Amino acid sequence: MSGPAELPPTALQAAFDRASADLAFPAPDDRPPVLNDVPPSAEQESLLDRSWRDPPGLLGALSAINHKTIGRRFVLTALGFFIAGGLLAALMRLQLARPDSQLVGPDLYNQLFTMHGTTMMFLFAVPVMQAMAVLLVPLMIGARSIAFPRMNAYAYWVYLFGGLMLYGAFLLNIGPDTGWFAYVPLSGPEHSPGKRVDFWAQMITFTELSALLEAVILITTVFKLRAPGMTLNRMPLYVWAMLVTSFMVMFAMPAVMFASTALITDRLVGTHFYNPREGGDALLWQHLFWFFGHPEVYLIFIPGLGFLSAVIATFARRPVFGYPAMVLSLIATAFLAFGLWVHHMFATPLPELGKSFFTAMSMLIAVPTAVQIFCWIATLATGRLHWKTPLLFVLAFFAVLLLGGLSGLMLASVPLDLQVHDSYFVVAHLHYVLIGGAVFPLIGAVIYWYPKFTGRLMSERLGRWSFWLAFVGFNLAFFPMHHLGLHGMPRRVYTYPAESGWQALNLLATGGALVLAAGMALFFINLWRSRRHGEPAGADPWGGGTLEWATASPPNAGNFCAVPVVHGREPLWQAATEPVAVAGLAVDRREVLVSTTLEAHPDHRLSFPVPTPWPFAGALATAALFIGSIFTPWAVVWGMVPVAIALTLWFWPRRRKTAEDLALETAP
Amino acid sequence: MGTLPQNQAALDRRADAQARLRRAGAGLDVRHLPSFGFGHRSLMWWGTVGLIVIEGTVFAIAIGAYLYLMSRSSHWPPAELPPDYGWATLNTGLLIASLLPAYLAKRAAEALDLPAVRRWVTAGSLASLLVLVVRVFEFTSLNCTWDGSAYGSAVWMIMGLHTLHLLTDAYDTLVLNVLVFTGPLEGKRFADVSENALYWFFVVASWLPLYAVIHGTPRWT
Repeated sequence: MSGPAELPPTALQAAFDRASADLAFPAPDDRPPVLNDVPPSAEQESLLDRSWRDPPGLLGALSAINHKTIGRRFVLTALGFFIAGGLLAALMRLQLARPDSQLVGPDLYNQLFTMHGTTMMFLFAVPVMQAMAVLLVPLMIGARSIAFPRMNAYAYWVYLFGGLMLYGAFLLNIGPDTGWFAYVPLSGPEHSPGKRVDFWAQMITFTELSALLEAVILITTVFKLRAPGMTLNRMPLYVWAMLVTSFMVMFAMPAVMFASTALITDRLVGTHFYNPREGGDALLWQHLFWFFGHPEVYLIFIPGLGFLSAVIATFARRPVFGYPAMVLSLIATAFLAFGLWVHHMFATPLPELGKSFFTAMSMLIAVPTAVQIFCWIATLATGRLHWKTPLLFVLAFFAVLLLGGLSGLMLASVPLDLQVHDSYFVVAHLHYVLIGGAVFPLIGAVIYWYPKFTGRLMSERLGRWSFWLAFVGFNLAFFPMHHLGLHGMPRRVYTYPAESGWQALNLLATGGALVLAAGMALFFINLWRSRRHGEPAGADPWGGGTLEWATASPPNAGNFCAVPVVHGREPLWQAATEPVAVAGLAVDRREVLVSTTLEAHPDHRLSFPVPTPWPFAGALATAALFIGSIFTPWAVVWGMVPVAIALTLWFWPRRRKTAEDLALETAP
Repeated sequence: MGTLPQNQAALDRRADAQARLRRAGAGLDVRHLPSFGFGHRSLMWWGTVGLIVIEGTVFAIAIGAYLYLMSRSSHWPPAELPPDYGWATLNTGLLIASLLPAYLAKRAAEALDLPAVRRWVTAGSLASLLVLVVRVFEFTSLNCTWDGSAYGSAVWMIMGLHTLHLLTDAYDTLVLNVLVFTGPLEGKRFADVSENALYWFFVVASWLPLYAVIHGTPRWT
């Protein structure tokens, strides 16, 4: 054992000694570190678990930074918003079940559809995908932690506070009421006085801040924390999907943050970005919003594609066919997704030539999706299928997304789009895309990875019931909406007259929605029940090939005591090759291995931060700034002081921790 | 990248550590690897570059919105005079000059030279404070208000966004400045100094197109 005590003193250490000579250090914690062996001893495993565990108690809960703790909270919070958004949808369907219904008035109905869309897009779909990645990516790439774990906790708290603020406003009857894309001039200061739209716009600031931070965190995790040997070319397809998604977030979300900030300043301090009388322009909003909004569809949908690749490989018991084609298709989809936004604006006076370009792009993006679908079909056709519920949910994608994609191709053509613009045809299309492309795969993924985090399997019988109820209910609810749209029913109407002839199909849709809700309810009951009563799972219940199945269920707090060394794309389906794992990383403190970006060669060891409540306090201060600024612009000024204090205390190094790190230090 | 220390002892130690990175049977021993790195080797670099990409996109979108509004208008500026360029040009010069202490701080950090880091981080802090003071005068010479017209709104938005970046990076630099004098210090803090300088490069570089748009378009159209 060559402990750091034996290393010759470096110029660096001498510099530190000089720098700190005048400071009264407490007794430095320089006990020699305990390094792991291969295979690790039981004692090393328990030391690792202790050093990565979040502290107990309420303060401990607020200080938690372990990616599994934050990821679990993140997923559960997003699923909570999914339930809330679903209940709002059920209320809308009950209102529309019969003509001239008085169940809900027009004002509440406006809030209902705005809250439903806003919840599903901003508080559920994008966050839940990043949340799953926070849980899964470090395990799938063989890392002990996610990068920037404190930032990760901060991003979660900011998201939570943004969601709670929106629902708080809704319960106080100041819920937003101008639709989830809040078009100006309706959402501008003249047509929407009061605070409703301001809450909507600040919700954007919260959620997009959180999503942007998560994107940076995930990209850094994927590029720098992969287990040795996991070259980019050996990364699981799900990790590729999240990498591509994170890049898209970085380029798409700034547009909506800029747009909503300009909307707030128009409303609160009298700027004129969207006011045509003073040289502003209402279409500027639509351009900015959809420059974000269309890529957003893909950053909900691409993680879904990642889930498909993971689940299909395991349940077809073979690697996904055409790995390079799959990766290139993901990247192509991401690029093309930025060239589609104007197809949301075909009903505005834009040059016709421009519209043709966007029609062509909208058709073109079907190509990479089709490439992936054919690769999955090839995988399924040549595999030995294992018919479990995760596979059922994932296969629903093929039926549902296909229909959503086909109606999308129709909407991409300008004349047809003008005909059904803002009708129920669009409502049907977007639900087929988003529920088929994201929600069904997500539920399959939750069932698939559930045993990894609870140690127990979800009930297969309840799972099948929930699948068939959800699948049948979904189609009953949304397929009739195509017809309703073609028969002229506009979206966002709170009721319709009996003579319109829309009654029967609306009643059918409501019936279907209730069946769908029953299926979802069964899924959540199953989720809740199985954590105590499910069948014990073991480390690898499905026979998966990727690294997360190599560690225990639930995993050690530090994920991998001996970080695996990777020799192929499906490490668990290959014969063990030496070296099998990394030796010599400290287990009695938070040390991780950083590897090179492309080839994942071991590059350096890095000491990771310990739990602290300051990210939580920083998020509280940030929330106070954002919410305060709805009421006075000066909140931006005084609100910065507590934010700066919290972030500084978060960053400021502690002596004990620094002493610990110095005991492990080797200069490059 | 040229970010490794140019110090022979460190290079030798690194070569030695790599030689000892041996395949001992089942285990890949990493105990002799360094415990921090600079440039694209460090996590902090990736975090900083991620923020730069995001903020760069924000600036690009702000310029896009400004040019879009300009394209919808027959006169630009609609009624106001163009912003005075005196203070703005002075500040542009100061920003470019402030690249030097930032660069020297970065170089000193990567050579693990603490006295030089202290010197140049202090110089960088002073430069950023000076730039902020001149920025106040820039705001007084814009010749427009944010609530006068969409043109004024766009000018103030761009100025506000960039000033926010100046403020945050000036504050970051001040915090680091205190830290390099008081400690506690470890190797990672040199990487923090290096990445903070990188972010300052971005704050300066992003100003140049913004300056060109704010002061160029009202005069050339």
